[in-house]
Amino acid sequence: MGVVPPPAGLTQRGDTAPDASGGIGESPHRPDGVLKVTGDFAYASDLWHEDMLWGHTLRSPHAHAEIRSVDTAEALALPGVHAVLTHADLPAATHYGLEFTDQPVLAGDRVRYQGEPVALVAADHPETARRAAARVRVEYAPLPVVHDEATATAPDAPVLHPDRDDHHAAHVPHPNVVHRQPVLAGDPTHAVADVVVRGDYTVGMQDQAFLGPESGLAVPAEDGGVDLHVATQWLHVDQRQLAPVLGLEPERVRLTLGGVGGAFGAREDLSMQAHACLLALRTGRPVKMVYNRHESFFGHVHRHPATLSYEHGATLDGRLVYVKGRIVLDGGAYASSSPAVVGNAASLGVGPYRVPHVAMEALALYTNNPPCGAMRGFGAVQACFAYEAQMDRLAVALNMDPVELRRRNALTQGDTMPTGQPVDAPAPVAELLRLVRDRPLPPPRPWEVDGGVDPRALPGGLARSSLGEGIVRGVGYGVGIKNVGFSEGFDDYSTARVRLAVVGGEPSATVHTAMAEVGQGGITVHAQIARTELGVSRVGILPADTSVGSAGSTSASRQTYMTGGAVRHACLAVRAEVLRLARDRLRRGERVDWRGDEAAWNDPGLRLVGGEVVTPRGEVLAALADVLGDEAIERELEFRHRPTRPFDRATGQGPGHVQYSFCAHRAVVDVDVELGLVRVVELAAAQDVGRALNPRAVRGQIHGGSAQGLGLAVLEEVLVGPDGTVRNPSFTDYLIPTILDTPPMPVDILELADEHAPYGLRGVGEAPTLSATPAIVAAIRQATRLPLTRVPVRPEHLTGT
Amino acid sequence: MEFLRPATWREALAVKAAHPEAVPLAGGTDLMVEINFDRRRPERLLDLSRLTELRDWHRESDTVRIGAGVPFHTVIDRLAAELPALAMAARTVGSPQIRNRATLAGNLGTASPAGDAHPALLVAGADVEVASARGTRTVPVEEFFLGPKRNALAPDELIRSVAVRTATGPQQFAKVGTRNAMVIAVCAVALALHPDTRTVRAAIGSAAPTPLRAREAEKFLNGVLAEGDHWATGRPPPPAAATRFAALVAAACAPVDDVRGSADYRRHAVRVLARRTLDRAWRARTSTEGAPA
Repeated sequence: MGVVPPPAGLTQRGDTAPDASGGIGESPHRPDGVLKVTGDFAYASDLWHEDMLWGHTLRSPHAHAEIRSVDTAEALALPGVHAVLTHADLPAATHYGLEFTDQPVLAGDRVRYQGEPVALVAADHPETARRAAARVRVEYAPLPVVHDEATATAPDAPVLHPDRDDHHAAHVPHPNVVHRQPVLAGDPTHAVADVVVRGDYTVGMQDQAFLGPESGLAVPAEDGGVDLHVATQWLHVDQRQLAPVLGLEPERVRLTLGGVGGAFGAREDLSMQAHACLLALRTGRPVKMVYNRHESFFGHVHRHPATLSYEHGATLDGRLVYVKGRIVLDGGAYASSSPAVVGNAASLGVGPYRVPHVAMEALALYTNNPPCGAMRGFGAVQACFAYEAQMDRLAVALNMDPVELRRRNALTQGDTMPTGQPVDAPAPVAELLRLVRDRPLPPPRPWEVDGGVDPRALPGGLARSSLGEGIVRGVGYGVGIKNVGFSEGFDDYSTARVRLAVVGGEPSATVHTAMAEVGQGGITVHAQIARTELGVSRVGILPADTSVGSAGSTSASRQTYMTGGAVRHACLAVRAEVLRLARDRLRRGERVDWRGDEAAWNDPGLRLVGGEVVTPRGEVLAALADVLGDEAIERELEFRHRPTRPFDRATGQGPGHVQYSFCAHRAVVDVDVELGLVRVVELAAAQDVGRALNPRAVRGQIHGGSAQGLGLAVLEEVLVGPDGTVRNPSFTDYLIPTILDTPPMPVDILELADEHAPYGLRGVGEAPTLSATPAIVAAIRQATRLPLTRVPVRPEHLTGT
Repeated sequence: MEFLRPATWREALAVKAAHPEAVPLAGGTDLMVEINFDRRRPERLLDLSRLTELRDWHRESDTVRIGAGVPFHTVIDRLAAELPALAMAARTVGSPQIRNRATLAGNLGTASPAGDAHPALLVAGADVEVASARGTRTVPVEEFFLGPKRNALAPDELIRSVAVRTATGPQQFAKVGTRNAMVIAVCAVALALHPDTRTVRAAIGSAAPTPLRAREAEKFLNGVLAEGDHWATGRPPPPAAATRFAALVAAACAPVDDVRGSADYRRHAVRVLARRTLDRAWRARTSTEGAPA
């Protein structure tokens, strides 16, 4: 008996080349790579327990309704059904949430979005569970739907959360506003500009579209607790939210990471975690839950759709004088991480530019639309689309090259953000723009080959909508700024436990963290760090679970910085202990065969390299295996980035962010201007990463982020009707880029160290998602001469239909 | 759910006669999606995948007869010369994995207005051979589609094969989707020149409740081509006539607004595709037959 787990104890070797150590700066193969390509990787949806039951969720068909009654009798009567749970059956806390505790585990007297969980079934077969759920009789009385700013803040608007007790409730302008953050700098009221451009922009609702749907297995334990194996982004925040809901002490809610098929923010909130645990504790049997793609669209938060209004003022020589902006984010039915998204949108809302006078305002609404929360880019994506469109508009008004305009206003080290926070690390915005601009342009008419036509190089591809007819090329630029790590005073830390011992005659390290490996390559980097700091070749990575301290979330571009930093921190402590042990032995006269005198052994520059203790001058003092002998050295340490502070509620002033990350894009597109179809021909990126711990993984992050930005530019949108219902919850109609949509993406990587960060590194994962979108839309604008104020750009927008 | 696996065609017909509600399953690329997403729960599935005789295709005098079990990848690999529009359409179906399993007959059975093969069959000329325990009959493809996802099959009938007329002139197929691959048609146009009968056929997909021929447009263009002696001279139709033709093809649409595209866009895109496919086809005729003096 027992859980069949994902591959555990992945042992890695630095095996890329004979002379490579597999340390930082190299690109060793990721241990999960081949397994994933060959289909052998065990995802959380592959978890199995021999006597397990299957859980199923009954969801609301209405976006807003009162629940008059719930009758489970017919469902319970179905043979094979072991439990049916409703709100009335919840044993302890009834609500949870990342920032506000506003989300019901199961809806009580009211549902606030289509797809909200209402009842749970556990049965001995998934089909039985599904049929039983269909037999739960729920009587709904539909309520008026709040679906945008006008309906949410109207005088007679239904208040979605009448009993708010969260920390923003007291200072929001309307109870249907989750949070509002102004940022004021200089004197925006009196600032005078030679040239002024205004624009209104819209960003559609994007889905994270990870490929492995929500899944997990909850196993009731003998101590009355529960062991949950789950695909998540942050084990400990799940644990923190689950314990009160289950009525258990946190120690009895133990989580282990299942194999995760992508996350991008969508696994930061709870999905099936509480439901599977409740069913497991109720039935005393292991319970597995797996969503299908349809349910997944209702089972996680999306990227906030946004409406943005901007006014930019500049001098005739193209210096920004002021930026005024208002960003309205649709948070949907529950708060999720909306407050933090608001903070980002407001504080990063003018972009990577030096602006003396700023009046920004960002707010998130409660509506009856699908809940929105974390997604790669987190509030900075929406703003970047709008402020970059504004920069292009300003360039036109000034008759100036758009790259030159950006370079004249580019943020640099020593400048001050609109929040008053100084930029005290490299900010090579102008250089990134120069790098993408100076790349040779891809040749025109790429579809012309050997006197024929290759439709795959044309918009529409093999659908042959164009064989060269109607094609116009365009080029566009974008640059963005993203914060790294958790901001606004959050106590952001990570924990690592590192053990060093001799195994089979070879010194070996073991790294244990609770970091969620969601595909980003964190475990590869952890092994690289251990090799570099401890001079070993063999590093084992233990499965991530809650038996070690929190690693924080795999989000906010933070894990290499934070858990990488924690691993390094723990490795350094282990190394210090190794050297102390050696000095003790020397002092006791145990090892007279070791080289070096006392002074040599006390040199603070001693390192562990290639399984040996080495002086700064490269002399080998002793073999690491000899120093360790039978001892195992283990250290568990927490690592924190430098503290931040909340933004002032009225002015947005304050050192709210840890680090900034910058990326620039140049997009080249071919547009079929008659049919409104787009093919991105090339998407070049340049990014400063501080230090590339794993250059191949860094390029992968930039490619992936750029592709996701491409999706937002021309394809991806969750379409929600005015009644709050989702119209395209499938990969048939929610379109993500295929390989024929994804162009060559040449990348320039700058490594300008941030002295505040481990190894000088800079979080990589999100910045490329920001600027890809505006660069592509700018290129389409150049090809079509259309204003294009909305993403994704649809054929209808390009053809006036 | 009962899973019926007949070993022979005769047995399949007998099973279908006994259980007219049984849903035939060949490649499963439409049906299994419906089942997996709980949109359809048939009581009986009639699995035809074991019937090797359905996987045959062969050339007849002026047609190619394609068995009901022939997947799209075979159409692409083996039949592109005889059935160019159908092969072009087949190339736009799903992904390579889907094209390995999905069958032409399955496309007809589903009878989606967006089925990629349908406009190509309409312009090439095709007959659907349908069979039941009562016997066999032939349905011209024009009469096969009755409405969205409704076709001319009687409850006890199965598709045995599709006889598609071999091309006698250039054919074109073009489809619009909002992604560059693996996408359901927002709209599609097929066009065939039939020099033997001196006629042009044009058909639209995903722009009306059923795929259909744009007969007014065909009639107009056939008149223009006859009047100007274009078949003999090889001269392309005058631009104004081509434009008028494209507008008439668009006028044949009765599209809906949905998540894949607006009705106005569909009409617009069909007009563009009609013009492009006509120009391409006529250019191909000129280049293959040489430019007559």
